[in-house]
Amino acid sequence: MRAPVKSHVTLAIAVCCAWGLTLGCGGGGSSSQNASQAPIPTSGQNVQPIVVNTGPVGNYANGAFTSVTVCVPGSSTCQTISGVLVDIGSVGLRILSSSLTLTLPQQKAPSGDPVAECLPFLDSYTWGPVESADVEMSGEKASAVPIQVLSDTDFSVPSGCTDFGLQSADTLQALGANGLLGVGMYAQDCGGGCAQSGSYGLYYECPSSGCQPITEPLSAQVQNPVALFATDNNGVVIELPAVNGSEATLSGSLIFGIGTESNNGLGSATVYTLNSDAGITTEFNGQSYPNSFLDSGSNGLYFLDSAATSIPDCGDLTYFYCPANVENLSATNTGGNAASAAISFSVANADNLFNSDPNDAVFSQLAGPNPDSFDWGLPFFYGRDVFTAIQNAATPGGTGPYWAY
Amino acid sequence: MHDSGQAHHRNLIGRSLTALRRVGCGLVVSSLTLFASTSSFASLGGDLNSVLADQVQFQGSLKLTQMGSYQVHEIRMQTATASATQARLQTGIVIREYVSPAGKVFAVTWQGEAPPNMRQLLGSYFQQYVDAMKAQVSGRPGRRPVLIVEPDFVVQMSGRVRAYAGKAYLPGMLPSGVQPEALQ
Repeated sequence: MRAPVKSHVTLAIAVCCAWGLTLGCGGGGSSSQNASQAPIPTSGQNVQPIVVNTGPVGNYANGAFTSVTVCVPGSSTCQTISGVLVDIGSVGLRILSSSLTLTLPQQKAPSGDPVAECLPFLDSYTWGPVESADVEMSGEKASAVPIQVLSDTDFSVPSGCTDFGLQSADTLQALGANGLLGVGMYAQDCGGGCAQSGSYGLYYECPSSGCQPITEPLSAQVQNPVALFATDNNGVVIELPAVNGSEATLSGSLIFGIGTESNNGLGSATVYTLNSDAGITTEFNGQSYPNSFLDSGSNGLYFLDSAATSIPDCGDLTYFYCPANVENLSATNTGGNAASAAISFSVANADNLFNSDPNDAVFSQLAGPNPDSFDWGLPFFYGRDVFTAIQNAATPGGTGPYWAY
Repeated sequence: MHDSGQAHHRNLIGRSLTALRRVGCGLVVSSLTLFASTSSFASLGGDLNSVLADQVQFQGSLKLTQMGSYQVHEIRMQTATASATQARLQTGIVIREYVSPAGKVFAVTWQGEAPPNMRQLLGSYFQQYVDAMKAQVSGRPGRRPVLIVEPDFVVQMSGRVRAYAGKAYLPGMLPSGVQPEALQ
């Protein structure tokens, strides 16, 4: 299942080289390039290839996908699953039941009943059993990792989950991916709140009479597999080349560890720690937005609204901006540690982006509204090495959590 | 399943009473009365009683702040541990309910390591929210924040796993001079 990925890699390198030549001949004006970006490692025991393409459904915009190998714990019975979205905005590995052919051990609550999880995202939830798998990527391995298997039918979705009011993402069509690889800045997907009480409605035990909320100990919660690697376990780096406008595909790397190998040092990257709102502060047009964040799993640059930006949304798709002409903008990010730097970015008309070439999947200028904050989604990552340090993990840039770029 | 759901519901009430006793005897009595008389716990668009019902339902502590013409009722679910606060991690959930001079909840906001129970928080607007969410996820797949703008009802949700933030308000009920950005 890795062969198709490699062919994408080859294609994308060709595309990038072509773009590089264009820039050298006097092109330019890319929205998010970083001239200082070093060559991206493509091999190594801690280097996992990623590709931005339309994904397994064939219509995803700005999704970075990779392959993950899951095994029955302690065995060589494994399956490699491609088309898994790389997401630093979430934590834990989630695989569609419909994409999984292995039978993995079900996690049991102290009562002996199976454990299932409802994880609310912003626009959808994932629901399904918590199971255990060995997780392998590049040369790294994490053993007996609690993961979520996404299925609305293994156990009935409880009211505590539907009460979030979100839509299910448990089908290939809805998710647009075979799974989510959550490699964000936490070791578990809920933390102390779920270990203290079941009141959040995230973890459930499921006797045949129906699923009921439970407390879930930290070690039993769905885990960031990177934090459980034997080495290179303090965070990740996402490296993707710069993009001028839109492309069909883009290849890069997910590199495990920060400052643990010769290929994952912080170099000239600036560390941005979290502020008291658990975000970074983005300043735009003289206003500060302290709930801002980086998220490879958001598929555009989502910020403010039409009233604050004077950029109209698209009449048909109100979650994207549709300016008459490309808007070139700038903002300043500041971390809790007062580290600060300006960012240039551009917003194009989403309708035009989608209509210009139906094969495009990489849109550096795709943006939409997100009142009161900046969600620096995948276009932000084009042309930048973005480091995500895991909570409590020691790194050369200090103890996580933080982002650096 | 229905029976066990009710059992869990009773359990919630039982535990919340313990929390309420810390707030004060007078409030406990009035909350109990209100709880018994309120079969649905409408919040957004509801009256002050619904704030107290929410507090019971979310098992939180309650803090009241007067902000000019309106009141902010802040409900905190769980508390931060010192180490978590130092690490700047989001802990617990903070819900703020904004009550107009006329005694109506015109806005609710939330921030925390999980989103709140939206059926509870949005009350009679919950179904409108669900219907609008369906429209949000139609079309080309992709993961993104949510902005629902309807003439009488606005919802925005942002953040990431373990750091969620959101706001819902009723534009037609905002007290004069109050801008949505001011509702934190």
